[in-house]
Amino acid sequence: MSEILLQIDGKEVGATEGMTLLEAARKVGISIPTLCHHEKLEPYGGCRLCTVEVESRGWTKLVVACVYPVEKNLVVRTRSEKVDRIRKMILELLLAHAPDAFALQDLAKEYGADKDRFEKEASFCIHCGLCVRYCAEVKKKNAVGFVDRGTRREISFIPEIAAKECWNCKECFPLCPTEALQAAFVLTKALFSPPHPGPEPRG
Amino acid sequence: MARLNSPEKLEKVRQKILSRRDPNTPCISICAGAGCIASGAGEVIAAFKAEIEKQGLQAGVNTRETGCPGFCERGPVVVIYPEEICYLQVKPEDVPEIVSQTIKEKKVVDRLLYVDPTTGEKATHESDIPFYKNQVRNIIGSNIKIDPKSIEDYLAIGGYSALAKGLSRMSAEEVLEEVKKSNLRGRGGGGFPTGRKWEESRNAPDEIKYVIVNADEGDPGAFMDRALLEGNPHSILEGLTIGAYAIGAHEGFIYVRQEYPIAVENVAIAIKQAEEYGFLGRNILGSGFDFTVQVHQGAGAFVCGESSALMTALEGRAGEPRPKYIHTAVKGVWDRPSVLNNVETWANVPLIINKGADWFTQFGTERSKGTKIFSLVGKINNTGLVEVPMGITLRDIIYKIGGGIPGGKRFKAVQTGGPSGGCIPEELLDLEVGFDELTKAGSMMGSGGMIVMDEDTCMVDVARYFLNFLTDESCGKCVPCREGIRQMLKILTNITKGKGREGDIELLEELSEVAGDASLCALGKSAPNPFLSTLRYFRDEYEAHIKQKKCPALSCKELIAYHIDPNKCQACMICLRQCPAEAIAGGKNRIHVIEQEKCTKCGTCFEVCPPRFGAVKKISGEPVPSPIPEDARTIVRKSKENE
Repeated sequence: MSEILLQIDGKEVGATEGMTLLEAARKVGISIPTLCHHEKLEPYGGCRLCTVEVESRGWTKLVVACVYPVEKNLVVRTRSEKVDRIRKMILELLLAHAPDAFALQDLAKEYGADKDRFEKEASFCIHCGLCVRYCAEVKKKNAVGFVDRGTRREISFIPEIAAKECWNCKECFPLCPTEALQAAFVLTKALFSPPHPGPEPRG
Repeated sequence: MARLNSPEKLEKVRQKILSRRDPNTPCISICAGAGCIASGAGEVIAAFKAEIEKQGLQAGVNTRETGCPGFCERGPVVVIYPEEICYLQVKPEDVPEIVSQTIKEKKVVDRLLYVDPTTGEKATHESDIPFYKNQVRNIIGSNIKIDPKSIEDYLAIGGYSALAKGLSRMSAEEVLEEVKKSNLRGRGGGGFPTGRKWEESRNAPDEIKYVIVNADEGDPGAFMDRALLEGNPHSILEGLTIGAYAIGAHEGFIYVRQEYPIAVENVAIAIKQAEEYGFLGRNILGSGFDFTVQVHQGAGAFVCGESSALMTALEGRAGEPRPKYIHTAVKGVWDRPSVLNNVETWANVPLIINKGADWFTQFGTERSKGTKIFSLVGKINNTGLVEVPMGITLRDIIYKIGGGIPGGKRFKAVQTGGPSGGCIPEELLDLEVGFDELTKAGSMMGSGGMIVMDEDTCMVDVARYFLNFLTDESCGKCVPCREGIRQMLKILTNITKGKGREGDIELLEELSEVAGDASLCALGKSAPNPFLSTLRYFRDEYEAHIKQKKCPALSCKELIAYHIDPNKCQACMICLRQCPAEAIAGGKNRIHVIEQEKCTKCGTCFEVCPPRFGAVKKISGEPVPSPIPEDARTIVRKSKENE
């Protein structure tokens, strides 16, 4: 496969066709923050934290590094005033939901994000979808999924599948950047534990 | 019906249909579009059928249930051919008179005609009514002429002749060139050049390609695609098939929202008929070209109007947009090249092929060619669908066609482009309507929603309304959209409730920037537009809400109070009796006073106070005057004094 040369933060970087900007950058030790990325999973482009600036054919645009494919002669800036501003705001928005998540706190420090900027609505889950996608793509079980949409979106275990599959797996737990997943599982466990024998049917 | 295997056979069938039809036979066309059905067209249709039978006229009179001609404000709409007499707001009880007068005696029933509210003049024919007179109805004009369930009706007005022409006399490349030459731009919102999209798909190496109709119309107040799909489904199929031929696709989809049951039904009937006649299926009209179409019903998510979300839903998965740094024209449904065009875009295709790109480009402006259908709604006299040449001014649409603002109110703004669009103020009413012009003004063409607002509309509340809509309709996948819109809505809601704070505007601007720059799809990227455009033109309203806790339009409930002017109150008891909260103190000959702590601000007193008194006032941003003392409340009537 032919090598594609591009420039990331002023550095000449060689990549192969089909690689994403994130992969090319990480290969040479340039770090780009991510929350929803996992190397075993299809790129998702949900958290938008890996937004970078690219310059191609005279145009500058903002793209997400985890999805954007490498291109010959592309000029990539992983930090800029604009990029930093976007990351700061994304972190502040997420900190309203998971103010105590270490993954967010570390990034908040780097980007100067104020965890109290928005009113707290502690739902803990930041909808990165790692658990949902890992269960679907790697384990192929679909025991956990998203329900509803928009601001009402939540993760939820599917009791019928989770009752069979989750006890001995729990591989998604360490993926969760906020530990919300564990809470959701505990709740579901309570809900789908075998029901108490009900009253005898009348008749 | 045997499949037609050549353009010549099609022409023969067409001539046979026309020869059976006497243009002088009276025909009663009744709009059976969703709007008129909701206004009782079903009963009117039944009444006509019964009356014709009762008067023994079955042999000499036809009735036709047609698609929507656009004048929804005055539905049910009835047009009598061949004279083209147009009756509006027809009720079942009008039917016997229409049949005995107009059909039998050839006399016009005056009271059912359109009356111009300014001149008082009556208009007998559809084409005399100002609402229609100022339109150019290239596309929607056929709706009233055909029964959408009848392929014969479509053939009678020249249907499928463009397909025959394309397949027999033009190469696929020539069809593509003609569409490119027409400069047709996508009618669904983005305004992307249709021909370029087609070419991109055509040139994509994959052998399997798809064409798709986007009928997932979801903008609040927009219904032009519904009217086309309901009213003239064959024209959409014909356009789609021509497009498939140009691109090299053999399978097509119609993605239509299930909330459009009449459209779903009519398009399914049309597909079946087209298959029987040989306009779909194998070897269409003997050309060797194969093409099939399936209907896919959307489950009611606004975001599925976005191309990548629509395609994901079409594949049977949850309708979420996916990042597309490669166009869907190259990598779309099941990763195959897929051309997705809006209903109205497809509807233009047969016209372009039949009449040529040069005919098409005579309408419109330099960069926006052809006509565009808008759904004109809100505070406007003539609500309905209007088709106008691009380049017409907003003023002409609103005043010449729309008939202006009802109730003598003042125009304030027009919202175009749906939730992704923006509000355009009075000083820009002479703006020529076109893709680039609207974008420059901070709004967009969108799919053609046009919501007119008058002086009573609060622009902060308008922004709040659209953000609220988007909170429900965002798919929730990406952070800047899901969380950004959530926060924007919170701030806007606070402002309309009088809880706005210094710095709110700046924070909204910052959230807008991030949502606009970093969201995954067009929904999130354009979500701040309702805020940004209202801020651009009505910043003073935002500031009044935040700084003075005042709603200049007197619309935000939490910021207004009702007050009865003691000098004007005639103690007529009307408001006092009608107040549902029993918040009005007073009595006969006792000046009425609103007890503010009991008032729910429903506005009933304001509405019922006789205009000649005009005693009830709405106030905002200032303290409510203290009630006049009890002993000063008695009214001594002059007439009584003299007795």
